[in-house]
Amino acid sequence: MKLEKKKKPTPAISTSALPDIVFMLLFFFMVTTVMRQTDLKVKVVVPQATEIQKLEKKSLVSYIYIGAPSDNYKAKFGTAPRVQLNDAFATPKQVPEFIEKERAARSEAEVPFLTTSIKADRDAKMGIVTDVKQELRKVNALKLNYSSSKRSEVY
Amino acid sequence: MAKKKDRGTPEVNAGSMADIAFLLLIFFLVTTTIDTDKGIAIRLPPMPEPNQQDNNIKLKERNVLKVLVNAADQLLVDGQPMSIKELKKTAKEFIDNPMKDPTKAESPLKAVISLKNDRGTSYNLYIQVHNELKAAYNELREAKAQNDYGKSMEKLPEAQQEEIRNYYRQVISEAEPEDLGGGN
Repeated sequence: MKLEKKKKPTPAISTSALPDIVFMLLFFFMVTTVMRQTDLKVKVVVPQATEIQKLEKKSLVSYIYIGAPSDNYKAKFGTAPRVQLNDAFATPKQVPEFIEKERAARSEAEVPFLTTSIKADRDAKMGIVTDVKQELRKVNALKLNYSSSKRSEVY
Repeated sequence: MAKKKDRGTPEVNAGSMADIAFLLLIFFLVTTTIDTDKGIAIRLPPMPEPNQQDNNIKLKERNVLKVLVNAADQLLVDGQPMSIKELKKTAKEFIDNPMKDPTKAESPLKAVISLKNDRGTSYNLYIQVHNELKAAYNELREAKAQNDYGKSMEKLPEAQQEEIRNYYRQVISEAEPEDLGGGN
């Protein structure tokens, strides 16, 4: 008896359930994923803060990016921080137009809840941010959010 | 020949199914961004009407905490140079004024924080200043919630939260941008 048992080869682990597991993971990521809508042409490392709030409805947020052009665009646009709206470099003067377009794309009832999120690099200067802020005030887009990441230590 | 017929339809080999699924999985893993958008929410003041007269309401000196930030990222709070680390404490004392200091706000409702920054101020410091001021208000609110109701803000019903928020109403007035100098 003992000898017979020893002769049996170890059975291979059944991998038939593996595709099921992987598909489950796949569906999870497919459902939770939000494809990057714009590709960033500026380098943005948002500042860190402690008193941050979550932005409620993603569909009601328009993004304004401010930062130095990324490596691919350095040669053409230099290294001074710039504004990016949608997929293109812009000047603060183009912000009102951008906001109007964002408003036109939503239903009228949603317009008052539109929020602008400024994703600015921590090394940017306030000058360009102030220009953008002034333009936003001109078109009455007053709900603003300074995008920042969580900082755990408190001063 | 007869033997072949006995075999029946062969099973489809599902061994590579996992590989295909993995490939798709990795694709979604790479393209996914689970960045919940977070940040400091503020409300901008509306643009003044072009034909509006200068409506600067005279505020008592003691009710205004002036925070200036220059291009070299230095802070001046009510004429005193200060590090960002002390700002929250100073702001809390100014708003609440527990010692009834005649140089600080009469009541939390009358307290106004005036923030002025240079065009050369770094965005990071600007956010830190906003953050510290917001933290000051949040801590005062939390303390009041604990004191009055024995609960933290989040656990209070909406009406009481509103009451506390109105008691410590955050008024940050940002000056129209101008050049303060003090840097390049």
